[in-house]
Amino acid sequence: MADVSETPVAAIDNIDETEKPRSSFSDAWDAMRSRPMFWVSTVLILVILVVALFPSWFTSVAPNRGCDLPDSNGGPEAGHIFGFTRQGCDIYARIIFGTQASVTVGLLATLIVTIFGSIVGAVAGFYGGLVDGVLSRLGDIFFAIPTILGAIVLISVLPDRTPIVISLVIALFAWPQIARIMRGAVLSAKSADYVMASTALGVSRFRILIRHIIPNSLAPVIVVATTSLGTFIVAEATLSFLGIGLSGNSVMSWGADIAQARSSIQTAPMVLFYPAAALSVTVLSFLMLGDVVRDALDPQARARR
Amino acid sequence: MLWYIGRRLLQLIPVFFGATFLIYFMVFSLPGDPIAALFGERPPPDSVIQAIREQYHLDEPFLVQYFHYVGGILTGDFGLTYSGRPVIDLLVQAFPITFRLAMLALLFEAVAGIAVGLFAGLRKGKLFDASALVVSLLLISVPTFVIGFILQYVFSIQLGLFRTTVSSGAPWNELVLPAIVLASVSFAYIVRLTRASVADNLGADFVRTATAKGLPRRRVVTVHVLRNSLVPVVTFLGVDVGSLMVGAVVTEGIFNINGVGGTVFKAVQVGEGPTVVSFVAVMVIIYMLANLLVDVLYAALDPRIRLAK
Repeated sequence: MADVSETPVAAIDNIDETEKPRSSFSDAWDAMRSRPMFWVSTVLILVILVVALFPSWFTSVAPNRGCDLPDSNGGPEAGHIFGFTRQGCDIYARIIFGTQASVTVGLLATLIVTIFGSIVGAVAGFYGGLVDGVLSRLGDIFFAIPTILGAIVLISVLPDRTPIVISLVIALFAWPQIARIMRGAVLSAKSADYVMASTALGVSRFRILIRHIIPNSLAPVIVVATTSLGTFIVAEATLSFLGIGLSGNSVMSWGADIAQARSSIQTAPMVLFYPAAALSVTVLSFLMLGDVVRDALDPQARARR
Repeated sequence: MLWYIGRRLLQLIPVFFGATFLIYFMVFSLPGDPIAALFGERPPPDSVIQAIREQYHLDEPFLVQYFHYVGGILTGDFGLTYSGRPVIDLLVQAFPITFRLAMLALLFEAVAGIAVGLFAGLRKGKLFDASALVVSLLLISVPTFVIGFILQYVFSIQLGLFRTTVSSGAPWNELVLPAIVLASVSFAYIVRLTRASVADNLGADFVRTATAKGLPRRRVVTVHVLRNSLVPVVTFLGVDVGSLMVGAVVTEGIFNINGVGGTVFKAVQVGEGPTVVSFVAVMVIIYMLANLLVDVLYAALDPRIRLAK
């Protein structure tokens, strides 16, 4: 008979029990860390967040100031690297100040959708029966009204279009997607062995939901939420483009700037290009991060790479 | 299968009432008095106001108004706009145009998206795959209206290949460019979906079996890989019918098409409640039916789902 140290049993003896147990999230972190796309998107997002929080660090022009009609559609010059809009405003400054609106709406809408959608989905999936029936039909109703369409109708009724209002409107029609995903994840987690083990140990149902089921169902929600952030930023820009975005003269929005630049696309195409590029880079950063997070949280995808 | 379709149709009924009620509620809580808006500066005699209020059921409780309205829709009576034109006229005028636009877009995104996705998935990691991925990411992150402006500028204004705006009848050939713009984002999603599921299926046991038993590669790819990869794509296409109808709001605005999107948007802006609710109700019905069709197709494409029912 072979010595114990030469059999597979030895591996068990060699396990270091003092080592911290590895969660699926720390595995995911290791998988993400090794990808350049993760760092590129993270750095871009950090820069965008800093610009959104402290726009005055990046431009000396005060918001909505420095517009001179003689500069209308003027090209780049010293101190104004992107040139001027049709109203003679500095394009670079407008892009810097426009960041805040886009990022605020994107983050707020994602936050609301994720929290509300997860709670509804988790409750529906966990308690089942009548609760599930009612919540799922309610979700179907909001799901049946496409986001932009519902937003157009609802926004026309609202007097004030602050970032919070716009985020709430987008979230109102977007939450069923997260709720459905959460419900599906909870349904499959509910029948797992660790849930049965907790029940056998006498853990209360509510505690099982909070401590075991929800943490184990979060991965797909996080993936969709990251990607949604980009889509919500596009939604805000689309509403601004349609003329029903953020209201007030002082608000600067990339979508509204793009819509205005359209009239002079033949003579000054760059006026349209810069805000469009800023918008696209922002959305792209969140999409790339979403891709990396999805690959990292899905063990199958991780093995494939 | 029939039982399954029937059960799903029954489930649609509460969703239909819920969604139309929601829209109705939002629209008719609009501030402002539509009748006052009709007459301008000189207010009409009270008897006229009363007559109009009765004609549009404006003097009855909100819920009663709603059921009057939905009853009308279900019997094909969509009511009148505030200027006295039957809403059904607008529907008949706008829907065929948007339908043509959406069908062209759907055709384009399905054919081109699946083809590009298939080739990218088969050559995973090669140059074609990498460029398809980059292009699809770009298409998703650049908003549709920007893509619309750029294509309109390049192909219509600079090269003169298409008309800049679509004429009022919106014939098929003039809708090609708008349809490509409308389809661009969905095209990118389909490329990514097809690519991922083709790459997945290439490593599946049934594909190895098919190759091992000596089937030509062409047959392995078309019958075994492609058919199995289409399940998520078909789901996406079905859900997309709804988003195409809505995405039309932006595209129709850019190319000045008098379709559903344009009509709804104008109606919202001038506070034409009856028009908005009717159009949204019809769109919701189309959206729900498209989703139902997807589930049925799903079962047809994947025997496992059919047998589980």
